[in-house]
Amino acid sequence: MSTLAQATPAAADDNPLRQVKARNGEKVIKALLATAAAVSVATTFGIVISLLVPSITFFSEISITEFLFTTTWTPLFANPQYGVLPLIAGTFVITIIAISVAIPLGLGSAVYLSEFASSKVRRTVKPVLEVLEGVPTVVYGFFALEFMTQLILRPIFPGIQVFNALSAGLVMGIMIIPTVASLAEDAMSAVPGGLRDGAYALGATKRQTALRVVIPAALSGIVAAFVLGISRAIGETMVVTVAAGLMPNLTLNPFEGMQTMTSYIAAAASGDVSTGSIEYQSIFAVGLLLFVITFAMNALSIRLVRKYRQTYQ
Amino acid sequence: MKQMRDSEAAKQSSSDMSTTGRMDVAASLGSHGREIPETISNVVFGLDNVQVFYGDFQAVRDVSMQIGRNEITAFIGPSGCGKSTLLRSFNRMNDLIPGARVAGSLTYHGYDVYAPNVDPIEVRRRIGMVFQKPNVFPKSIYENVAYGPKVNKMKVNMDDLVEECLTRAALWDEVKDDLKKSAYALSGGQQQRLVIARCIAVKPDVILMDEPCASLDPIATAKVEDLMQELANDYTIVIVTHNMQQAARVSDRTAFFTADVDSAGVRHGRLVEYGPTRSIFTAPNDPRTEDYISGRFG
Repeated sequence: MSTLAQATPAAADDNPLRQVKARNGEKVIKALLATAAAVSVATTFGIVISLLVPSITFFSEISITEFLFTTTWTPLFANPQYGVLPLIAGTFVITIIAISVAIPLGLGSAVYLSEFASSKVRRTVKPVLEVLEGVPTVVYGFFALEFMTQLILRPIFPGIQVFNALSAGLVMGIMIIPTVASLAEDAMSAVPGGLRDGAYALGATKRQTALRVVIPAALSGIVAAFVLGISRAIGETMVVTVAAGLMPNLTLNPFEGMQTMTSYIAAAASGDVSTGSIEYQSIFAVGLLLFVITFAMNALSIRLVRKYRQTYQ
Repeated sequence: MKQMRDSEAAKQSSSDMSTTGRMDVAASLGSHGREIPETISNVVFGLDNVQVFYGDFQAVRDVSMQIGRNEITAFIGPSGCGKSTLLRSFNRMNDLIPGARVAGSLTYHGYDVYAPNVDPIEVRRRIGMVFQKPNVFPKSIYENVAYGPKVNKMKVNMDDLVEECLTRAALWDEVKDDLKKSAYALSGGQQQRLVIARCIAVKPDVILMDEPCASLDPIATAKVEDLMQELANDYTIVIVTHNMQQAARVSDRTAFFTADVDSAGVRHGRLVEYGPTRSIFTAPNDPRTEDYISGRFG
């Protein structure tokens, strides 16, 4: 074995490893990025607090039981009643109509784009879908009122009201299709090509490969797309404000006008309720309920995604 | 005994390729002791002047050869020599790549695989394929095996078929209590044997293997190689491999491909030499084959 010269420690000044550099740029970038992340977290807390404080005052006047379980919502009347069920019913009916449009059509377009379309079609259609996501919702609102109700629904259902849940729900569904389609398509495109090859090599058709290999493998992403679509439907405001009417109405009949939680908030907040009054605080109570519902939806989706998540290798 | 020899050989295969001489490779020959005649009497695939194109690019040129029934045929050669491309044209997997096209004549039991009235789905059911990465489906072990019979609407007792295929793939004893578990819970080598079980569940008579051991460790490789020897009694196997010791250990015949550059400077794959594995590894006719198997290039 050859002898190796023991490295003699050089004088501290000569040590090539000990060049202290400030690298201030790194610190600045890190601070900027941390601030960016902190803004959204802080905003969430801000929203929760700004909802909670007026809601607590509200619930000191009106019991939670009365709020959640009575059936008349007339906060602006001389004899105000605060039973939120009509608003929940309106939100529920319109959301159900919207997702029965958005989920099948969104998933269908995603399967088509990911599994059947040529790459040329995909390259054209996907950006168009994403542009559709950017159309302002108020435009969809007037589309529902003027086109869907007047030109399509009235001739078919003569008894339908001018403001009705059906047209608002259908148009909201159309509006959400691009969101569902785009996210579901991303999830399916992320399924490794090897899985498709494996199915084709067994003599599976495109349909069998798409339905029985690709969709199950992409299920967590598809479920996430559905949940985001549902959350958008619950939270959507302009379409329902414009097209569904502003009458709280405890019914499941989609031909009638309804008010949703969001359209109540929009209408009351733009009306002339005085700050600090119980009517004013009811806006925040409804907002808090909406927040709790969407939060629960998101929590559920995270659980579903974890449960069905598949790791590819 | 055979098991031991194969694992020894597998260990050897993990040693550095560039230091492996031709004699080392030759030493691992003949582990299965079948007599391989010079000529093929029972032809499964007949290739006459086969060319494979991707768009205008001609990836494989002028391949003429025959693949014999119940033999293991190995395709070896450097990267880019078109051996995987050629293999994927046997069961029309290349159809799935836009622009891919096969010219020349490729027959299966005498029938033209690319005739206009041939259904690629039926081709793929009869000619199974195992890939480099074990592409198990995100389903249970049972469902992985049952998938092929289900999509092909085979009228079988599924429980029996699953057991039979897993047994044939030498996996039954390891998984019989966990059939409902996700296939992802298996090790890489078990997954590859599951893929083989899935493949034989649709009753093919050929199994194409595209570098089936490339992502496996030496022990798992030895198991898959043993399995291939077993399967060769009932199936015709064509394997693409980068591992020359593997070709020498498992195959009856070896085809050596290389990447040529034509006068226009276009790289393309060509068949250099094809014959019984023993002759290819001990007395190659072409100097390029000799250079490759002795580790001088590739």
